Amino acid sequence: MTTIFGIPLQAFLGQLLIGLINGSFYALLSLGLAVIFGLLRVINFAHGAQYMLGAFVALLLLQYLGVNYWLALLIAPLVVGLFGALIERTMLSRLYDLDPLYGLLFTFGLALTIEGTFRYLYGAAGQPYSVPPSLAGGTNLGFMFLPNYRGWVVVVSLVACLGTWLLIEKTKLGSYLRAATENTVLVQAFGINVPLLLTLTYGLGAALAAFAGVLAAPIYQVSPLMGTNLIIVVFAVVVVGGMGSILGAIVTGYMLGIAEGLTKVFYPEASNIVIFVIMAIVLLLRPAGLFGKDA
Amino acid sequence: MGALLQVGNLHAWYGESHVLHGVDMSVGEGEMITILGRNGVGKTTTLRTIMGIIRQRRGEIRFAGRDMLSVPLHRTAHAGIGFVPEERGIFASLTVEENLLLPPVVADGGMALDEIYELFPNLLERRTSPGTKLSGGEQQMLAMARILRTGVRLLILDEPTEGLAPVIVQRIGEVLRKLKARGMTILLVEQNFRFASKIADRFYLMDHGRMVADFPVSELPDRMTMLHKVLGV
Repeated sequence: MTTIFGIPLQAFLGQLLIGLINGSFYALLSLGLAVIFGLLRVINFAHGAQYMLGAFVALLLLQYLGVNYWLALLIAPLVVGLFGALIERTMLSRLYDLDPLYGLLFTFGLALTIEGTFRYLYGAAGQPYSVPPSLAGGTNLGFMFLPNYRGWVVVVSLVACLGTWLLIEKTKLGSYLRAATENTVLVQAFGINVPLLLTLTYGLGAALAAFAGVLAAPIYQVSPLMGTNLIIVVFAVVVVGGMGSILGAIVTGYMLGIAEGLTKVFYPEASNIVIFVIMAIVLLLRPAGLFGKDA
Repeated sequence: MGALLQVGNLHAWYGESHVLHGVDMSVGEGEMITILGRNGVGKTTTLRTIMGIIRQRRGEIRFAGRDMLSVPLHRTAHAGIGFVPEERGIFASLTVEENLLLPPVVADGGMALDEIYELFPNLLERRTSPGTKLSGGEQQMLAMARILRTGVRLLILDEPTEGLAPVIVQRIGEVLRKLKARGMTILLVEQNFRFASKIADRFYLMDHGRMVADFPVSELPDRMTMLHKVLGV
């Protein structure tokens, strides 16, 4: 049997794939967090809840309306994005003039409220969501067996990250967003409706989280607390990548996912903490993060 | 000629501190006005309050007959006022061309992109570089150029010559004269007295948060002694 560094190749590649899958979710979620933080200066603690909402909307759409996975992949981000926009417009926007701590506390409270409500309604236990039939089964790549759905998640999350990056870096709307991130007041003085831009941005971040939630539903169980477990790691990703850096969030998401997967191969005991160890080291050596601009 | 911009008994605050103490001024259509004054007398604050950036304000601001006090900041430009801030406000994460195209066009009559590149050939050459990679002079040109596209009627400039080499200052003077010839109304704050005396039609002298004198450029020679005393130049 082929081995690499004394580890069976199959085990190595298997963990690499798991790392890549986890990395896909880290990247999608930290990307949304980074966009929101960059412009709104709000640390969105409700991001995990919005991810969970995406998965739940997909599940409920299936259970009550028979809506399939593919439609849910469109509808759930839309619903959660609109919900996010509504929250921003009616509540979060009132906190911008205050200490940033208020935004953090508000979104933290929001997350607890949403997750508590869902736990009350649906219980804490996870509910299964089946893989869509067209992506069931797997493909033998010769060196390993790849479940089709996991391959799809890796590809589609890459596409979503790339799409978001292009939207921000290459479009007119993206130039408004970048400029407003640098100097909100001046952009507003130029006649750009910044309050609307803030609402759209928060909605977009929430929609991205929900998109990740739908993608996650067939892999992990759909449960009210699925976001809580993930969000702490995602915060670490954002810190390592550099607060507010779009590219940093994407690259670091995949990188840390893979680092975590490989640690599982070589030293499983450390796999749960490796991301935080990396975060501590990065904070010591480069406090602005790997891709952050030095303040 | 009715005033395009009419400011009456304007007060403004930064938090607790009362900075403008009843500013009165008027700017006629097509005029080029310079506000003079020592550091810290409220010149920049006056511009930022007219623009609507400073919201803690009371008094009267009328632009083209319209009350501007209730207009939200992101609608001020649409009323026809363009702003070039003291720090120039060039965005590092945008290319030169993206910076140029950032402010929305608010009315007809603005310059076309070709025309702007003709006026500022450097910007054409550097249009794909990040905005802040430009020299200070080029950044000032860019800060002005991007407002010219928008079709605003009043251009507000805060110390456009600050920190720039004499040859660039001269160039900015040329551009401002060209704009005036096109009928643009211009209001600027300027520490460079020699520069201001060559381009302005009329001066306001500011002290302690209000206007203390107002005179046309023709009276400048007679007022020099007083100006020296107040400005300390």
